Amino acid sequence: IPISAVTILPPVKPDDGPQAFPNADKANLPVFTMDYPRIQIPFEITLWVLLASFAKIGFHVYHKITIWVPESCLLISIGLIVGGIMFSVHEEPPAVLSSNVFFLYMLPPIVLDSGYFMPTRPFFENIGTVLWFAVVGTLWNSIGIGMSLFAICQIEAFGVQDINLQENLLFATIISAVDPVAVLSVFEDVSVNEQLYIVVFGECLFNDAVTVVLYNMFNFVAEMPVVEPVDVFLGVARFFVVGLGGMGFGVLFGFVAAFTTRFTSRVREIEPLFIFMYSYLAYLVAELFAISSIMAIVTCALTMKYYVEENVSQRSCTTIRHVVKMLGSISETLIFFFLGVVTITTEHEWNWGYILFTLLFAFIWRGLGVLVLTQIINPFRTIPFNMKDQFGLAYGGLRGAISFALVFTLPDNIGRKQLFVTATIAIILFTVFLQGISIRPLIEYINVRRTNRNLDTINVEVHCRLMEHTIAGIEDLCGQWSHFYWKDKFMKFNNRILRRILIRDNRAESSIVALYKKLELQNAMEILDTVTGDISAAPSIVSLYEEKKSAAKPKKKFKAADLKNMHDILSKNMYKIRQRTVAFTGKHALPNDSQTKEILIRRHASIRRSLRPGSFQTTVICSHRSRFQQPARSSSRAMMPLRRLDTLQEAPSVDTLNENTGRTERGMSRTKSSSSDSRVPAPRLDNLRNGQHEVEEEEQPSSPPPAWVAEPRDNAAQNPLLRRPQWNPKKM
Amino acid sequence: MGSNSSNMNHIPDGQQLLQDTGFSAAQIIRLYERFEFLDKDNTGHLRPEDLETVPDLDMNPIGARIIGAFFPPGKETLDFGSFVRILAHFLPADSNRTRAGAQQEPANSTTGKLRFAFQLYDQDRDGKISRDELLQVLRSMLGLQVTEEQLQCIAERAIQEADADKDDAISFDEFRKSLEKVDIDHKMSIRFLR
Repeated sequence: IPISAVTILPPVKPDDGPQAFPNADKANLPVFTMDYPRIQIPFEITLWVLLASFAKIGFHVYHKITIWVPESCLLISIGLIVGGIMFSVHEEPPAVLSSNVFFLYMLPPIVLDSGYFMPTRPFFENIGTVLWFAVVGTLWNSIGIGMSLFAICQIEAFGVQDINLQENLLFATIISAVDPVAVLSVFEDVSVNEQLYIVVFGECLFNDAVTVVLYNMFNFVAEMPVVEPVDVFLGVARFFVVGLGGMGFGVLFGFVAAFTTRFTSRVREIEPLFIFMYSYLAYLVAELFAISSIMAIVTCALTMKYYVEENVSQRSCTTIRHVVKMLGSISETLIFFFLGVVTITTEHEWNWGYILFTLLFAFIWRGLGVLVLTQIINPFRTIPFNMKDQFGLAYGGLRGAISFALVFTLPDNIGRKQLFVTATIAIILFTVFLQGISIRPLIEYINVRRTNRNLDTINVEVHCRLMEHTIAGIEDLCGQWSHFYWKDKFMKFNNRILRRILIRDNRAESSIVALYKKLELQNAMEILDTVTGDISAAPSIVSLYEEKKSAAKPKKKFKAADLKNMHDILSKNMYKIRQRTVAFTGKHALPNDSQTKEILIRRHASIRRSLRPGSFQTTVICSHRSRFQQPARSSSRAMMPLRRLDTLQEAPSVDTLNENTGRTERGMSRTKSSSSDSRVPAPRLDNLRNGQHEVEEEEQPSSPPPAWVAEPRDNAAQNPLLRRPQWNPKKM
Repeated sequence: MGSNSSNMNHIPDGQQLLQDTGFSAAQIIRLYERFEFLDKDNTGHLRPEDLETVPDLDMNPIGARIIGAFFPPGKETLDFGSFVRILAHFLPADSNRTRAGAQQEPANSTTGKLRFAFQLYDQDRDGKISRDELLQVLRSMLGLQVTEEQLQCIAERAIQEADADKDDAISFDEFRKSLEKVDIDHKMSIRFLR
C-alpha cells in the first residue's frame, strides 16, 4: 500500500486548518489555497461599491447633516480620506476614470436615471428655454472662458504661455458642464418654482450632450495646426448631426422597446430587462457612431416610459423604477467618491494664476450668461424669470462628474494636461463645497423676505391658497401652454396611431385613469395591511355625530401659540399648487405618489358626498379620514374589510358605486355611462369583489341601508351623467 | 385685430363676446379652439365629464368645485358664451377697455373675482359661507395628517376672525373685508395667451 495514498486527504473537507497527516515529499493536494488574482476585479469592485454605500448610510444616520451639506460634498470628503489612506500606503486607486470605464459603465445609469424620471409635461412646456440655456449657454460659457483664459495666458507672469487657443477652448468646454445635482435637492426642499426647477434640471441633462460634442470637436481641432472657417462650419454641421442623430436613435429604440413590451405578458419576470437592455443598446449604438449617446439614452427613456408603463405589470413597473434609481444612485456615489480619492493620488501641477483666474472666469461668465440669455428669452416665456430665479440659475451652476471624467480623457499629447486636471478638480471642489453648501441659506434668505406669513390671518392664508388652486385649475382647463397646438396634434396622433401599435389591449384611457387604478390598488393593499379595530361602524357614527354637535357649541378663545400652530399646520399640510412640482422628487428619491393619492381619495369622497345629501356628510368624511391616522378613540377606526362587499346587494348602492367608478374612469365613463344603469351592475361587481374599489366601500360606514336607499336616486338614476354636488337653486 | 375679427364669424356670439368681456379677438379664437378640443363629441356644448378629462384637474384639491362653478344650478351644459364669460373673471383688471354701455361692473373686477372665489366656498348659494362649507374646503385642501380637531379649530378661528355680525357664517362683505390687504387682481388673474 503506497504511503502516498495515505497522505491524500479527503477532499470533502478542503479547509481544515492544520493537517492531520504529515506531508510527504511531493506536492499534496492543498487544503487551503488562495487565488486572489482570479477574483480580484469583481472583488474590488464590490468592495468599493460597498464602501461608498456605507458612506451613504453613514450620512443619513444624522439626517440634519444632509440638509446643510449636500451629499456630494460628504462623498468627496470621504473619498479624500480614503485617498489619503491609499496614498500613504502607496497604493494606486483603480482606474475607474479611464475613458472606457466611465463612459461605458458609469455614465449611462446616471443619465438613464435622469431621463426616466424627468417630468415630461413641464419639460416639454419649457423645452425652448431648456435647450436655449443648454446649448447657447454652454457655448457662451465655453467660448467666453476659453477666450479669457487665452488672454490670461498671454501674460508672462503666470508662465502658461504654451497653452494655445484650442487647448484653452478645450479646457473651457470641460469646465462649463454644469452638474447641479446638489442644487436640485435644495431647490426641491425649498420648493422653488417649477419653472426654475425644470430649467435647471433640463439644462443639466442637455448640456452634458453639448459639452461632449464640443469636447470632441475641440479635441479634434486641437490637434490641427490651423483652423479654417470651413472647419467651423463643419463643426456646426456636426453638432446638428450629433444632436439630432442622438435623438433619432433614442426615439427609435424607445419605440422598439415599447413594441416589445406589448408581447411580454407571459414573461413578466424579465420585463424590466427590456427597458435596460434597450436603453443601453441605444447608448452603445450612439457611441458606435460617435453621436450623442446621452441624448440617445435620454430620449429613449422618455419615449419608452409612457408606453411601457402601461404595458408592463405593476410589479415590473416598480422593479424598473427601483433598479433605475439604484443604478443611478450608485453610479453617482461612486463618481463623487472617486473624485475624492483621485484628488489625493494624482500628481498635481498647481499654477496659482491660471487656476484662480479659471475660477473667477467660470463664475463671471456663468452669471453674465444667465443674465444675457434670460433677457433674450424672457419675452418668449409665459412666465418670465425674475431676478431671484436668475440668481438661482446662475449660482446653481456647480460642476461635477462629467467635467471630472472628461479631463481625464484628454489626450496625453496636450502638454499641460496635469494642470488642466488640477484646475478641474479645483473648480469642482470649489463649486461643490462652497456653492453647494451656501446655496440653501441664500435661496431661503432671498425668499424669506417676500412674505411675512405670521402677519396674515388664518382667513387670508386659507383663501389665498384656495385662489392659487383655482388659478392652477383654470389654467389647466384653458390649456395654457404656449405649445398647446402642437401638443394637441401630437396627442391626437398618439391616440390614433401610436397607442394602437405600441400598447397591448388599447383602451382610450387617460393617464389619470391608469394612475388612479394603480393608486387604488396600492391603497387597497395598504388598507388591508393596516386593518385593526372593530368592524362595526355604528358606534363610530354615533360618537362622531356627537363630536360634531359638541364641536359646534363652544366659542373658543385662541391663544397666540394656538395661532402659530394653526399657521404651521396650514403651511405644512396644505397641498401645494401644481402638484407636479412636488410630485417629481430629487435625484435621490423615488417619486412620491402619496399626495396625489390623498387628493384622489378626497375627490372620491366628495363625489360620494355629493350624491348623498343630508346629515351624514361630515360624519362620513370624519370616519373616512380618521382611518388614516391613529386617533385616540378606537371606535373611529371603522375598517371595512372585503367581506362587507358581498353584503351590499342592493341595487341602489351598487349603482351609486357604479356611478362613482364610472365617474372616475374618465375615458370609459362617457361611453359606458351613457348606456344606462341597467347594464352596469354586472361588470362592476366583479371589480368590487376584486377589492380594487375597497376604498369606496370604506366610505359607506353603516349608514343604515334604508337611509341609503332613500336618497334621491331619482336624480342620479335619470341622469347618470349628473355628478356634481347638488346646488340649491337659491339666488345668491 | 381687424383681420382676426373676420375669423370670428364662425364663433357663436363672437362679436357680442368681444364687447362684453375684455378678451381680444385672438384670445377668443384660442379659447374657441380649446372649447372645441374639450368638446369631444362635437355637440357645441360641454358637459361636466368633458371638463373632467382635463388631466391635472384631478390632482387639484378643489377641482370638482372649479368644474362645478361652470355649471350653475340647473344647467347641465355649457355653451361657448358662458364658458368665455366665466373665464373672463380671470382677466387682469387692467385690461379693461372702456366699453360704452357696460351694464354692471365687469367680471374681472376685484369684486367679480372675489365673488367667484366666494362661490367656490358657498355651494348652496345662500350668500354665506357656513362653518360646514368652510370645513369642507379645508378638508380638501389639507393633507390627511391633519386631525379633525385641528380642522375644527382652524375653521373656528377663521370664522371668528371674519365674522362681524356674529351669525357664525361669513357673508360676502365679511369675506371681502378679510381679504382687503391682498392683491386680488394679482392672485386671481391669468395671462391668457394670444
